[in-house]
Amino acid sequence: MITVESLTRKYGDHVAVDNISFTARPGRVTGFLGPNGAGKSTTMRVMVGLTPPTSGSATIEGRHFADLPNPGREVGVLLDASAQHAGRTGREILTVAAMTMGLPTSRVDEMLERVSLTPTEAGRRVRDYSLGMRQRLGIATALIGDPHVLILDEPANGLDPAGIRWMRDLLRGYANDGGTVLLSSHLLHEIEVIADDIVVIGNGRIVAHGTKDELLAAAGTVVRTPDRAALADALTRGGVEFTASDDGALRTVADPTLVGRIARDAGCALTELKSADGAGLEEMFLELTADTQREGVAA
Amino acid sequence: MTATTLTPTERPASSAAAQRRPTHSAIPTGRLLKVELRKMFNTRSGMWLMCSIGILAILATAAVLVFAPEADLTYDNFGAAVGMPMVIILPIIAALSVTSEWSQRSGLTTFTLVPHRGRVITAKLVVAIAVGVAAMVVALAVGALGNLLGAAIAGIDPVWDLAFGQALTITLATVLNMLIGFMLGVLIRNSPGAMVAYFVYNFALAPLAMLLASSQKWFRDLQPWVDFNFAQGALFEGGLTGTQWAQLGVTGLFWLAIPLAIGLLLVRRSEVK
Repeated sequence: MITVESLTRKYGDHVAVDNISFTARPGRVTGFLGPNGAGKSTTMRVMVGLTPPTSGSATIEGRHFADLPNPGREVGVLLDASAQHAGRTGREILTVAAMTMGLPTSRVDEMLERVSLTPTEAGRRVRDYSLGMRQRLGIATALIGDPHVLILDEPANGLDPAGIRWMRDLLRGYANDGGTVLLSSHLLHEIEVIADDIVVIGNGRIVAHGTKDELLAAAGTVVRTPDRAALADALTRGGVEFTASDDGALRTVADPTLVGRIARDAGCALTELKSADGAGLEEMFLELTADTQREGVAA
Repeated sequence: MTATTLTPTERPASSAAAQRRPTHSAIPTGRLLKVELRKMFNTRSGMWLMCSIGILAILATAAVLVFAPEADLTYDNFGAAVGMPMVIILPIIAALSVTSEWSQRSGLTTFTLVPHRGRVITAKLVVAIAVGVAAMVVALAVGALGNLLGAAIAGIDPVWDLAFGQALTITLATVLNMLIGFMLGVLIRNSPGAMVAYFVYNFALAPLAMLLASSQKWFRDLQPWVDFNFAQGALFEGGLTGTQWAQLGVTGLFWLAIPLAIGLLLVRRSEVK
């Protein structure tokens, strides 16, 4: 379990992380979602003791990272797959990690196999690796100590679709075995398909968090009818706020059951009624981060 | 067991995780030393710097054998020929062992696997000193072989003109050089920057000081007390007087100890981006 409590990190006047609190629970994949520069990486750096917090704390099973006797055996960390010595071979990087943790070198071959790096690739220097290969090597470094907590910053970056699928299955299996997984991403789809819990961060503040189901439910409903004016009328009378999108659908934050009932009572035939998942989380993400986003309001 | 792990909910699984979690013992310092020693030479640059020391040592020994007149085929000269490339190149390896954690950003992994920077940096320092000493032992051994070979080829008795005390002071000079490289590494934390600084420190300042001393009388008298390079020169001659030790101490304090202390402070705070 990872516990973040009232964590703040300032760089001079700039507040990178502003009083955030959340937990990542065992047996679950927690997605840490936010636009670039939102403070995801800074938070993760504080978790692993690379950056001291200005105030507040981040703990792993109640202990500060620096107090873990052999951190690699308890927490697997991948902050930046490119942050490796370009002049070392992939195998050598894993060997050094295994040596530091006091593991037998046989673990190196097991890990190379687990992340599908061939012996030839492992013998090449990291300078010649693609980003996808670096991510695989980074994952191997994180997993080699058989930790029970994983902290991964944008692990899907640079992976091909098959690689993303592989990573997703790997993290799912990891959480199902009781591990705690925290992964960050600015890609909504990635988080949506893999995470059980989602923490959304914008400009250093947490703007939403909860289980994926809760957040998706909160994202509302998409409804279509040939008789748009009548339904709009009925919704207004029912006190349900909505927006009409260009594609002819109506969107609302109310849940599908309520919208369906109102449509039935108004006698409107529906061509579509669904909870606004998929695109819903994206809208939620854009909406939640709109006022804190760099680009300003998109809509 | 099977039933709990198959359940996709979190509670049973977390207790299973708690069961399989053994307590881990702390990372011993000996292991850190071993790891840091390996990291010094397992990069491409580390490997080539290592090779270049060997190649240069062989070339230098060969040059003494071929070009030196019979009278110069002495242990002192062979030792110097082998030791010179080490004295120049090993400090670069010491500096890179620190700077690469920042410049190559490998510190992101290093300092999360061992979240105590002081321990990692100390391990690097100890390894740098040990490598300096080991290098001198090798240089003296290879120099001895060269001396025997040279004497045999020239048909003369080998000349052993290197006193034990002098061997010790030469080793001290090598270690000081390693520390200079290390100091520049912790102070600058950037590989190209540290390299440039090292060459300025060792190969540009000395001739400048020499030039100044030859033209300005006041500096000539002052030089032994302010020029670290000059003070180190005595170590290669051996048999230092009390004054010479004092000069070495004073210059070393300003040119090595103080910047090293500042660097060690900075290195513990500096973020690895």
